[in-house]
Amino acid sequence: MNNLPKAFDDFSEARRNSFIKVKDYKDEGEHIVGIFCTFTPIEVIYAAGAHPISLCGMSDETIPDAERDLPKNLCPLIKSSYGFALTDKCPFTYFSDIIVGETTCDGKKKMYEYLNQIKPMHVMQLPQATDREHALSVWKNEIIILKERLEEEFNVKITDDDLKKAIKKCNEERIALKELYSLSKICPPPITGMELHTVLHGASFTFDKDEQNKKIMDMVEQLKEEHANGVRKVEEDAPRILITGCPMGGVADKLIPIIESNGAVVVCYENCSGIKEKSRLVDETKDPVEAIAEKYLNVGCSVMAPNDNRIELMSELIDEYKVDGVIDVILQACHTYNVETRRIKEFVTEEKDIPYMSIETDYSQADEGQLKTRVAAFIEML
Amino acid sequence: MYYAGVDIGSTAAKTALFENDKLIDAFVVPTGWSSIETANTIKEKIISKGIKEEEMKVVATGYGRVSVPYAHKTITEITCHGKGAAYLTGEDCTVIDIGGQDTKVITVENGMIVDFLMNDKCSAGTGRFLEIMANTLGVDIDTLCDLAETGGDISISSMCTVFAESEVISLIGRGEKKEDIAYAIVDSIISKVASLCNKHSEGTNYYLTGGLCECDYIVRSLSEKLKSPVKTNPMARYAGAIGAGVLAQKIK
Repeated sequence: MNNLPKAFDDFSEARRNSFIKVKDYKDEGEHIVGIFCTFTPIEVIYAAGAHPISLCGMSDETIPDAERDLPKNLCPLIKSSYGFALTDKCPFTYFSDIIVGETTCDGKKKMYEYLNQIKPMHVMQLPQATDREHALSVWKNEIIILKERLEEEFNVKITDDDLKKAIKKCNEERIALKELYSLSKICPPPITGMELHTVLHGASFTFDKDEQNKKIMDMVEQLKEEHANGVRKVEEDAPRILITGCPMGGVADKLIPIIESNGAVVVCYENCSGIKEKSRLVDETKDPVEAIAEKYLNVGCSVMAPNDNRIELMSELIDEYKVDGVIDVILQACHTYNVETRRIKEFVTEEKDIPYMSIETDYSQADEGQLKTRVAAFIEML
Repeated sequence: MYYAGVDIGSTAAKTALFENDKLIDAFVVPTGWSSIETANTIKEKIISKGIKEEEMKVVATGYGRVSVPYAHKTITEITCHGKGAAYLTGEDCTVIDIGGQDTKVITVENGMIVDFLMNDKCSAGTGRFLEIMANTLGVDIDTLCDLAETGGDISISSMCTVFAESEVISLIGRGEKKEDIAYAIVDSIISKVASLCNKHSEGTNYYLTGGLCECDYIVRSLSEKLKSPVKTNPMARYAGAIGAGVLAQKIK
């Protein structure tokens, strides 16, 4: 029986369903840790017996509230997230016992100073590059400091064994999601970019990971079966797009339909909710803290300078997913990603020899008309 | 068979008419407030030339492209401007289109669009900027360009059209010469367009399309700013429509 539509719905409803779940957890005395970023070592949070949940704001609803304290020309994700904390409109933020952030971009780390006045906050100091030997030891220490803080907050003791179990659990989720997103290597992909985004994004808001992994594996089987039976959701010759750049949760509903209604298909997300964090597993054979530190330090985010890991990952993905064009999604006033567009453009157009386009956008609908024209013209070009 | 390219821009609606692969006519009408009404006016004009609707294929482009009910296909103005410029020049070029509400830089190689850049959602560096400033000075755009030619020495620093307008008003209030203010206005838009060109990539063989193509002073100052000759052609204002007409010939 085909229950794929329902399975996709489950993921698109994941965030809303978790609103209720999060309250149940609190009522049962469990702990919630709000997080923002792919640098957060969620293994440590699981090892403390707590539940991590993403607090990244994705709606412009709370931006005017945030602008009371924050400048107007700041990234919408930072403003929206802060606005949700300020107005108590986000149940995840509201129920978080503690929020973990990192000194990633300037906007976020300064916003955390204010967020700290609203909620208990723990900020990890992230090295700004990976090439110095001490970067890894700094980050390892930060992971130990986080571990100690959570132990103190939740009155628990985190053992190496707890960490190893958490590592295994998180790797299992990464492997299951990889099974799914790798399906898009097939030509034409058996899954649309919007469906893929729905699952990847939804997965950052679920609590029961065993159930989720099972759902994903079922989904993979069904999609494979459908494809083998000749079901085609995507045209054979649809241009294959890789999306890179800023976290796109707040602009996905605006942007992905524009891309896919113009005849192209998104086959790969090299961004925060996509492959960027998930492609590398935590080494299960090493000392757990060392392994966790190594994995997260190498996330190819533009806050790192230089950010060679992003180029390396993109190079592999462009080949493996047979990408025809790259769209770099920049949230307005995201300086690090915006500055990096030049390097990415040069790499994509000169070394990989495929077209590249960067889009600077925000959470409003104001630029929808212009985006339609730009994206359509880009796809006409492919 | 006849092929029509209909380019409904924010200010002007341009039409190019082909009989097979030969360009036989091009005309412009103001867009006005209703794109659908404008599209229908265009259709009546084509039919009045003795062409039957069923012996014609239509491609619509421009921001009003969705409001052309009789179009067989819609294609973005970026692709159409590139194609149109390729038709007019017959060579590889970097197209600069200064439109009513946006400015685009398009790289054309072997008749194909290979890269493009569009201005941000802001009217600085677009035709609208010139139009508003001309209004403030109480002249039309052609006169503004003529005045600018003999002016000099002052500049406008505001990027925002609304702020630039108040800057112009204070220049008027200060008793600056109209010619000098006109010079500053044109210089401002040319600088913005040139910086878009530089951001795009190293351009070769610049080709200006859009309504400003017949304004010699604009073409000359743009060449100076880019330190590279800018070509154009009186037909270049129809580049989008011509490109749409060329693409209409591919409709089966």
